[in-house]
Amino acid sequence: MAKRPEHIAPPELFYDEKEARKYGNSTRMMAVQSTMSARAIELLNLPDRPCYLLDVGCGSGLSGEVLSEYGHVWVGTDISSAMLGVAVEREVEGDLCYADMGQGMFFRNGIFDGCISISALQWLCNADKKCHRPKERLEKFFQTLYNCLVPGARAIFQLYPETPQSMQLITECAMRCGFSGGLVIDYPNSTKAKKMFLCLDAGTPRKLPEGLSNG
Amino acid sequence: MRLLTHNQLICVKKGCKDNFPLKIECEKLEQEETEYNEEFLLHVVDKLAYPELRQAGIQVGIADLPESLPEKESMASDELFLKSLHKVLLDTHVEEGALICEKCGRKYPITKGIPNMLLNEDEV
Ligand SMILES: [Zn+2]
Repeated sequence: MAKRPEHIAPPELFYDEKEARKYGNSTRMMAVQSTMSARAIELLNLPDRPCYLLDVGCGSGLSGEVLSEYGHVWVGTDISSAMLGVAVEREVEGDLCYADMGQGMFFRNGIFDGCISISALQWLCNADKKCHRPKERLEKFFQTLYNCLVPGARAIFQLYPETPQSMQLITECAMRCGFSGGLVIDYPNSTKAKKMFLCLDAGTPRKLPEGLSNG
Repeated sequence: MRLLTHNQLICVKKGCKDNFPLKIECEKLEQEETEYNEEFLLHVVDKLAYPELRQAGIQVGIADLPESLPEKESMASDELFLKSLHKVLLDTHVEEGALICEKCGRKYPITKGIPNMLLNEDEV
């Protein structure tokens, strides 16, 4: 069985220059990322106008490019300087910030109309350093994310939770910070196509979108 | 880093939460023309800290914005203002330099247009 990347090294080391370049050049990886990003945007259920969005764990900017295609203006954050370097090379339209999501967001209150995050949240369940306590980092992240979202805005996290326990920890932390929502699972019966999206509403709960299925 | 992004950034160092705005020390500025998007401007203008945006513009040497924000009703027809807003907000990039929190002195470097908001372990 292939090792999960988050078990090999922390993200800032795993996505080193070589890995970042590989990630940025693999057509298959790019296609998967773009599809997941487009689905995340669909789940955001935004009003029909250009919005101001946050992309947490934006990496080399593949998801951001999809946001741009939809006409939105975005800010991305990532802890891998190598991945951000690739994003700069690719001349993505959004602005980039070098930061650790587990230290919390660093924006004024009530700014972003929505947030997407593709394959990043599960990294927070790891304790990469002695000082890292996953629960504290998750809460710090969710609390500060909640604050910088416009009231009622939605955040969509595509993630690969490792265990049901880590999924539960993530959800509990999010709820404690005021989010409501739940998990949307696309193609739950297919091992290959199955995708999980944590759908969180800041404030007023909305109806949870339905997952996609083949039949 | 666009001035739009700067207009949202706060100092998050332990003990100095939410300090805004961060002062810009600009070493390299870039102007890059992007497509004028009136719909986005009219939407995002409600979220802006306008005096701080104008101040940031002045800090990097662009004094195009009027002292006070035009009334929302007349803004849509005020193309001169919207064009200046677009230029300051979206087309002006700080490429190299730093952001300084004037309250606690924390310096956040900007390299290749990317602000480094990473805190040391004892600052979290
Ligand atoms: Zn400060």
